Amino acid sequence: MSWTRRKFLKSTAMSSGALAAPALWLPTARDAWGATLKEGEPIKVGLLFSLTGGLAVPEEDSTLVMQYAIDEINASGGVAGHMIEPVIVDAKSDFSVYTEKVRELILRDKVISLFGCYTSASRKAILPTVMQRDNLLFYPTCYEGAECTQNTVCTGPLANQHSKDLIPFMVENFGKKVFFVGSDYVWPKESNKNAKIWLENVGGELLGEEYVPLGSSEFGPVLAKIRAAKPDFIFSTVVGASDIALHRQFKQEGFSAETMPIASLTTGEIETKAMGAENGAGHFLSAPYFQALESETNQKFVEGFLSSEYGKNGVTHYNMEETYTSAYVFKNALEKVIAERGIEEVTPAAIRNACAGIKVGADVSPEGEIWVDENNFNTWLVPKIGQCQSDGSFKIVKQADAHVEPDPYSIYPDAGTCTAEGLLAPDGTLRTDVI
Amino acid sequence: MDISSIAIANSLILGISIASIFLVAAIGLTIIYGTAGVINMAHGEFIMLGAYATYAMQAYFGVPYLLCIPIAFVIVGAIGFVIEKLLIQHLYNRPLDTLLATWGVSLVLIQGTRLIFGSAPKYIEMPGFLSSNVEFAGISLGVFRIFVIFAALALVALVWFVFYKTDFGIKIRAVTQNREMAAAFGINSKQVYSFTFAFGAGLAGIAGALFGVLNIVLPTMGMGYVVQAFLVVVTGGGALVGSAIASVATGEMQAIFAMILNDTFAKFLIFILIVVFLRFRPQGLISAGGSRR
Repeated sequence: MSWTRRKFLKSTAMSSGALAAPALWLPTARDAWGATLKEGEPIKVGLLFSLTGGLAVPEEDSTLVMQYAIDEINASGGVAGHMIEPVIVDAKSDFSVYTEKVRELILRDKVISLFGCYTSASRKAILPTVMQRDNLLFYPTCYEGAECTQNTVCTGPLANQHSKDLIPFMVENFGKKVFFVGSDYVWPKESNKNAKIWLENVGGELLGEEYVPLGSSEFGPVLAKIRAAKPDFIFSTVVGASDIALHRQFKQEGFSAETMPIASLTTGEIETKAMGAENGAGHFLSAPYFQALESETNQKFVEGFLSSEYGKNGVTHYNMEETYTSAYVFKNALEKVIAERGIEEVTPAAIRNACAGIKVGADVSPEGEIWVDENNFNTWLVPKIGQCQSDGSFKIVKQADAHVEPDPYSIYPDAGTCTAEGLLAPDGTLRTDVI
Repeated sequence: MDISSIAIANSLILGISIASIFLVAAIGLTIIYGTAGVINMAHGEFIMLGAYATYAMQAYFGVPYLLCIPIAFVIVGAIGFVIEKLLIQHLYNRPLDTLLATWGVSLVLIQGTRLIFGSAPKYIEMPGFLSSNVEFAGISLGVFRIFVIFAALALVALVWFVFYKTDFGIKIRAVTQNREMAAAFGINSKQVYSFTFAFGAGLAGIAGALFGVLNIVLPTMGMGYVVQAFLVVVTGGGALVGSAIASVATGEMQAIFAMILNDTFAKFLIFILIVVFLRFRPQGLISAGGSRR
């Protein structure tokens, strides 16, 4: 490579420019994102879910319901007059694809926010990239908590909200003795730690705790242990295909939902449809949303969604509804930012900060009014308990009196409290980006 | 924990049930691997197709469940026959290519099924009398599990009958022992391989019809079974008796270890034991004689 006079001049000019204005080279939020929204151009958001592979069952529904929500928002005039454009990718149920695609969405497509993931494993896989580029992830399902990042907004129930009412309800109605069954990964184990606290509060007795490998379909040994232990009810955090196998084998092995019901955090409408209503009937689920909720908003959501081009799977369930409301959290927060700063000053970080305390009213949110916590950016919601009926639908048997506060560190008080700026330890130190 | 004699008896019986599931999953693979020598990575997807065939028969034509089982055999067998004719028969002398090609076939089958049936899980209804359990002196077992045990026995009997009591079986065994010599005696070895592959695929179809009731019907459901099936076949050495013994051994171990410890640890222990076993006996329990290997 030869140095011409022209090239020399050009490079010295550039480096002296860099020295003169060092602030230019510091990665500000805008540089990290590297784009500007413009008047008249659509606002791009990324939908990062698996459309194929083992996670496709819940995540395909998430993609469909997001498309429905975005169509609905655009049809009613968009966000302050700006249309939203989804960029849909298939993460193929493969964590390396998640990390690859999240880079593509942020760096190439310049999306302003991401909606994605169903499992904690995939969330933890993409968060480092999201945090590095100071983007924003809407995580639209339940999780275990114990995370405090400045780049996530979650619209599902945390472990501390999820089983709070369910355990006392079951103990009161069926008895004190309980058996825990879960899939062998982080969410069931953390959820069970919470459940044990609620169980202790009401004087319940834990007879056993069993975990089966993810995707396992053999529940013979676990059911044999349950038969020997004779609990009053079973508390289940089994997920996915295993959950269907559990319910089917439960009935095939002669157990009855009347004498020993399963109280689950996962068995929703989509699962009961797949296992057959006769295998689901009588069991309980705790969730903020059920298809059977009686409200005008929910009726409109169910009818609108199922008759739309996205309603091909014929059911709405809690995971989809949490995804649907996340679209409106995004919309309301973005509207606020545009009103305050104008469209060209919008950044993912600004949307995240605007999410603090954002409400989605009962006229939009099918589960009823919800709002995002100002400190930890999880959602205040009303957990409900439903019992599966003989037709596979759920009947709501109990509803919390008030909204329950999300607390990501409820079982780890020593770790500190999650604030908007980061995790504040008891000794006063502040750590950001804790995952 | 205290382990009562009833708990042990229960576990032993449960072990037989788990063994029967392993054997049903592995029997088709045993035939395809043991006789044709094809490492069939698409075996799990043949199981999945059996479940979908059952679902389709039941949902669209209202065929009763028990009748769906032989129909699944015919449908999946036919699909296996076509795949063998189009692809596998060109690869018999290239085992590594077969492995890759059948892996590709499995992906095509998964995506094809997803395109046709969608990715939502399907539901297979079974007759009410299978959905209860039997209790005897503190030992209890689901009727469907007993049904699977008998199905496994029936399948073993069927395979034994086909291999040892029919002309076709004599031809298969002749081709397995020495392909060239068999061909010299006028046996069309290509044809024999085609039908053997189809037979193995059909047996996987039966497995699918049974597992669709125990488990969930999804395009990806086969993946869990193929690992188990390969374990049984490799440990067994490729012969039918070997597979049967290996299933019973791993099934019992799974039940006993899971009773004493837990399911995850039981799987872990079994894998370790199998690795140690194969270290000292790489040909498996009973290796089928054959000049090709």
